[in-house]
Amino acid sequence: MITNYRPGGSRASKARLLIAILAAVLPLALVIGLVNGAAQLGVTESLQALWHLFSNNAGGQAEIIIGKIRLPRVLLAAVMGANLAICGAAMQGLFRNPLADPSLIGVTAGASLGGALAIASGGTLLEGYLGLTLISTGAFLGGVLAVLFVYRLATTPNGTSVATMLLAGIAITALAGALSSLLEFFVDNAMLRRISLWKMGGLDGASYPRLLLGSGVSLALVVALPRYANALNALLLGESEARHLGIDIPHIKQALVVWVAVGVGTSVALVGSIAFVGLVVPHLVRLLIGPNHRYLLPASALAGAILLVAADTLARVALSPTELPVGIITAIVGVPFFVSLLRQRHHYGMQS
Amino acid sequence: MSSLQLTEVSASPWGKPLLSDITFDVPAGSVLGIVGPNGAGKTSLLRLIAGDFSVNKGTIRTLDTPSADMSPGTLARQLAYLPQFSLLSFPYTVEEVVMLGRTPHDTGQEEDQQIVEAVLAKVDIAALRERLYTQLSGGEKQRVQLARVLTQIWDEHSMEHKLLLLDEPTTALDMAHQQQLLDIIRELKQRLCTVLVVIHDFNVLASIADQVVVLDKGKQVARGKPLDIYTPDLFAELFDTQVLINTHPTRGYPLVIPR
Repeated sequence: MITNYRPGGSRASKARLLIAILAAVLPLALVIGLVNGAAQLGVTESLQALWHLFSNNAGGQAEIIIGKIRLPRVLLAAVMGANLAICGAAMQGLFRNPLADPSLIGVTAGASLGGALAIASGGTLLEGYLGLTLISTGAFLGGVLAVLFVYRLATTPNGTSVATMLLAGIAITALAGALSSLLEFFVDNAMLRRISLWKMGGLDGASYPRLLLGSGVSLALVVALPRYANALNALLLGESEARHLGIDIPHIKQALVVWVAVGVGTSVALVGSIAFVGLVVPHLVRLLIGPNHRYLLPASALAGAILLVAADTLARVALSPTELPVGIITAIVGVPFFVSLLRQRHHYGMQS
Repeated sequence: MSSLQLTEVSASPWGKPLLSDITFDVPAGSVLGIVGPNGAGKTSLLRLIAGDFSVNKGTIRTLDTPSADMSPGTLARQLAYLPQFSLLSFPYTVEEVVMLGRTPHDTGQEEDQQIVEAVLAKVDIAALRERLYTQLSGGEKQRVQLARVLTQIWDEHSMEHKLLLLDEPTTALDMAHQQQLLDIIRELKQRLCTVLVVIHDFNVLASIADQVVVLDKGKQVARGKPLDIYTPDLFAELFDTQVLINTHPTRGYPLVIPR
């Protein structure tokens, strides 16, 4: 007979509390993102415009700004932030390394090369929706192909080595970077600026079709990845320990690598490469509630969404009316934060 | 019924032969000790039984089923493996680590929690429950890992269909906790759990093992009761050490004393 029955221990209730708080903060962040921007709209005015949009009473200037520009943008920031953070959490679990980042397996560099190739070869096709679709498709394919290549390099008849994957990821990232540079060396100046702006990442291209695609992929990740929570929890013990706990290791590795490639590939395709969200967010969440993926994955998704909405709002208002690429903000804010985490690692029991 | 049966088993997972011609039979509720010099293949033998690599020749039958036919999940519900070292570097709490032992089971949360409580009490680490694993000492970590593997196969009723593989479980433990571990092994035995254990201390082994398999360079060089196989010749040959074989004054099992 157990007198002090506490499902999952005291950390579990803390984790559930954190998830509840994040779920409450996210709508708040979305509203703040919605009311701030280059055009001065008051809180009431913005919310009224939003209400008019939903009640099909659109027409005024506020309705156009909110409906056509800001709403798809903040929502895209939210779903991409969730996407990057949950992929980061899954990668850190798979690699048993709290400093792993989704870009480690080559997906970001591959997608950048794919996007750059599409821009360089697209020529006159690059105007309008068709151009955006072409670049996005190139980036997505580049990212997925790079990951498949890395995965194949690390796979022998004895299984897939995550250590080799990490090293192969670094190699492929360097190769893709070199090929991108080669490409940039030969294109003309206008094209070069276009490629480098695209690479910086940004949410200014947000539109409802992109939002729909981004939401679909993020939703799939948020539903699919938590199904691997138990396997990831066991994997942290070590690969053979996880196998002795009945985890089908080759299947789990393959599935996680494919999900992360699709997730991060989509995000680079839609908003360019955005640094540090996938690295810092799961790290921070783990600091608060521990490494149990049952809570770590959903909490990271929520925190990633909040972080990217906040970063994008900052990117829009910091030098208003100029909009900074959001990747610059996440890196400028993320790096000092990450460095301070590194220096405090021993405080939360991480081995050096 | 034999719980584990190896018949002329050979394995060469990386091309060259690692283990060859291993044959033994472990009845349910008995303890098999595996000994041999460093590099003899003791850990490899445990890992082979745990399904880490496949057999090239011969068969392994676990609970009368060829291991090759068992899914990882089925095997994990019956067989637990305590490795020599732990690589865990994420800040789980002790209770979370122990709960991971329930991963292969789809019993409900309440039953899992009951088993965790029983094992935490058994291994005497309930007081460490909220501590971070990464901040524990080596001996404490070893006990938490022991609790995890016990949780994996724990059954309040009978453990007749369970196997526990222990790879040098006493190395990091102080004397009190060594004795506690040996008591746990004896209790498991009474509850018909089958235990395979790699231990370098022949005297500790003699106090718990029903049968001992001696490995050298991947080959099985002797098998039998400690009383029958502990001979000065064996120790001279394996370890190049001269020993006296005496008898424990009260328990009657053999004692190995270096000359």
